[in-house]
Amino acid sequence: MEAFKQHKGLVAPVDRVNVDTDAIIPKQFLKRIERTGFGQYLFYEWRFTLDGKVKEDFSLNQNKYEGASILVSRANFGCGSSREHAPWAILDYGFKVVIAPSFADIFYNNCFKNGILPIVLSEEEVETLFQATAKQDGYALHIDLEQKIISDNAGLQIQFDLDEHRRQYLLQGLDDIALTLKYEEKIAAYEKQQPAI
Amino acid sequence: MSKTLYEKIWNNHVIIEEEHKPSIIYIDLHLVHEVTSPQAFEGLRLANRKVRRPDLTVATIDHNVPTKDRFNIKDPISKQQIDALSRNCKEFGVKLYDLHDVDQGVVHVMGPELGLTHPGKTIVCGDSHTSTHGAFGALAFGIGTSEVEHVLATQCLHQAKSKTMEVRITGELKPGLTAKDIILGIIAEHGTDFATGYVIEYTGEVISNLTMEERMTICNMSIEAGARAGLIAPDETTFEYLKGREYAPTGADFEQAVQQWNELRSDEGAVYDKCIQFDAAALVPQVTWGTSPGMGTDVDKVVPDPAAFTTENERKAAEKALEYMGLAPNTKMTDIKIDRVFIGSCTNGRIEDLRAAAKVVKGYHVSSHVNAMVVPGSGRVKIQAEKEGLDKIFIDAGFEWRDAGCSMCLAMNPDYLEPGERCASTSNRNFEGRQGRDGRTHLVSPAMAASAAIKGKFVDVRNWDFL
Ligand code: SF4
Repeated sequence: MEAFKQHKGLVAPVDRVNVDTDAIIPKQFLKRIERTGFGQYLFYEWRFTLDGKVKEDFSLNQNKYEGASILVSRANFGCGSSREHAPWAILDYGFKVVIAPSFADIFYNNCFKNGILPIVLSEEEVETLFQATAKQDGYALHIDLEQKIISDNAGLQIQFDLDEHRRQYLLQGLDDIALTLKYEEKIAAYEKQQPAI
Repeated sequence: MSKTLYEKIWNNHVIIEEEHKPSIIYIDLHLVHEVTSPQAFEGLRLANRKVRRPDLTVATIDHNVPTKDRFNIKDPISKQQIDALSRNCKEFGVKLYDLHDVDQGVVHVMGPELGLTHPGKTIVCGDSHTSTHGAFGALAFGIGTSEVEHVLATQCLHQAKSKTMEVRITGELKPGLTAKDIILGIIAEHGTDFATGYVIEYTGEVISNLTMEERMTICNMSIEAGARAGLIAPDETTFEYLKGREYAPTGADFEQAVQQWNELRSDEGAVYDKCIQFDAAALVPQVTWGTSPGMGTDVDKVVPDPAAFTTENERKAAEKALEYMGLAPNTKMTDIKIDRVFIGSCTNGRIEDLRAAAKVVKGYHVSSHVNAMVVPGSGRVKIQAEKEGLDKIFIDAGFEWRDAGCSMCLAMNPDYLEPGERCASTSNRNFEGRQGRDGRTHLVSPAMAASAAIKGKFVDVRNWDFL
C-alpha cells in the first residue's frame, strides 16, 4: 500500500450525524467484483434525485467543494454495515482524510486498510472546521501525520491523537498479510495443539 | 485473577501479543458470502496465496438471491457476484451451500443451524451482523473485505483488545414482549454508539430464560449499539440446542466439549470496563420512528417533537429523519399507516419468529392496502415451517410465502420498497434507503409486524385478540 505522510487538500463538509455505510454507498452498487470504480456512487442518494438529476443543495455537488480530498462530518461516522465498499468509494471519489468526532469501529478499521486517514477531533474542533468551510471558499487543510498536526493558512493548529501502531502502519504503507505470515511457525504451533472439535 | 467471558475467549486465541500493537488472534470459523468476498479472493489470486484452512471456512449465498423463482437471477451483476463465489469456492476448496442446498440461507441463520457455531470459538464474517453468533458464547464479529482476505490467507486477524461492558437485564419480560423489544429498547435508551469500542456481555435472569433464537436476536443487533460483538455465556439451553446438529461434536466428544464450555462464563468478581442495567419489566413493544435504530419509542407513545431534543445535532437529526419518514411530530404511533410488511432477516427470520407471527395472523386477513411477505431465514426454517403448516396460515391470510435469503432486509435482490412506501419490518436497520430508495422502515418484532399487516397500521400487540 502507498505510504501516507503528509496531505494537503480542500475540505468538504457533510453535516450529518450517524452517516451510515448504506448512505456512503447504497447497496445497489455493491455488486461489482472489483475494488475500484465505486467513487461515482459515493453518497449516491444524497447527490442525485430518483431520476438521476444532481441535487444542487447537497454539499459535494457545490462547485466550491470540487476536488476536495478531506471530508469533515459529525459523530458516529461510518456506522452500519461492514462493507469495505464504503472506504473504497470514499477513496475512489478522491478523499484521503475523513475528520469526525467519532467513527464506527469497523469503518475506522477499514480506512487504514485502504490508506485513508480517519481523524478524531472534539465536537468543538469539528465545529470550527465546519464554520471555516462555510465561510471561506477553497478552505484547505494541511495534515502532517508524522507530527500529528492539522493546520490551515490562517494559523489554526490542532494536535490529533492516533494509536502509534496505526500511525506507523500508514506512514510505512504496511501489508497486514505479509506481517502476519512472518509468524507462520507460531500459527502452525497453535494449530497443532487445538483439539479435534 | 477473575476474568470476564470475553477475556477467556481472547486469551485462548492469542498468537502474538505485543504492547501498543494489535494482537494477532486465531480464527476458528470463517463464514463467507457473495457480497464481501470477491475482492478478497481476487487479492489471494494476485498474490499467489491459498486459503490456509478451507476446512474452517464455510460459504453461502444470501444477500443477492431472489426469493421467488430463485434460479432465474435477472440482474446480471447479481448473477456475476453469485457465480464469482461459486468459482472462488471451487478454486480454493471452500465448502459452499448454494441455491441447490437445503441448508442455504442467511449466513447467520444457517451457521448456527448447522451447528457450526460453538461456545468459545472465534468467528468472523465479512458482515456486521456476525455478532449474532455471540449468543452461543462465541466471540463473533464482522470484518471488512481486506480482513476477509487476511483471514483466508492466514486464519488469523489483527485485533486490538476491546473494552468490556456488562448489560444486565433485570425484571421479567411481560406477555407480548420479545427479545427484539429488549434490544430495540436498549438502543432507544442508550443510543447507537454507546457501545463503540466495547464487547457487550448480556447477563441477568431475563437472558438465561431466553431460547437460543431469542438470544441470537439480541446479539444480532449489538452492532446497532456500536459494539464490536455481543456475548451471552453458554448454558444448558445452549448445549441442548447444539446437541445432534450436523457440525456439533457427538457422543463422548460432546460431553467433553460441554465440560470445557461450562468454563466459559465470567468469573465471580470479574471486572467489566462499564456496566449498565436495563429493566425489562417496564418494557412496552417498540417501534422505530426515524432513520437510525436508536430512533425508537413505545408503541403507545407518539412520534417525538424534534424541538424536545437537547442538543442541536440531535434536533437536526430528528428533523431530517421525520422529513424522510414523512411523519409529523406528536403523531400517535398507532395512527401510522403502513403499506408493506417484511418478516424475515438474520434478526427475526427463524422458526420461533415465524411461529410468533403466525400465532397473531391465524384467522385474520392482511389489510387490503398492505402487501406483506414472509421470508424464512434459511431453507431449513422454510421446511420446518411448512411441516408445521405455518405457510398455510400465512398464505391464507394473504401473505406471500418466499424462499430463504436476506431479501428486503437490505433489498439487494428484487424485493424492495418503492419510493415513499412505508414498511413494518422485523429486520435490523432503518437507514435511509436501506429497504429501497426513499422507502420508510419501521423496525418491530415479528408479532408487531404481523399485527400491523392485519390492521394496516401499528397496534399494541399486547391487546391482540388471538382467535
Ligand atoms: S439478513 Fe440483513 S442484516 Fe442479516 S446478513 Fe442479510 S442483509 Fe445482513
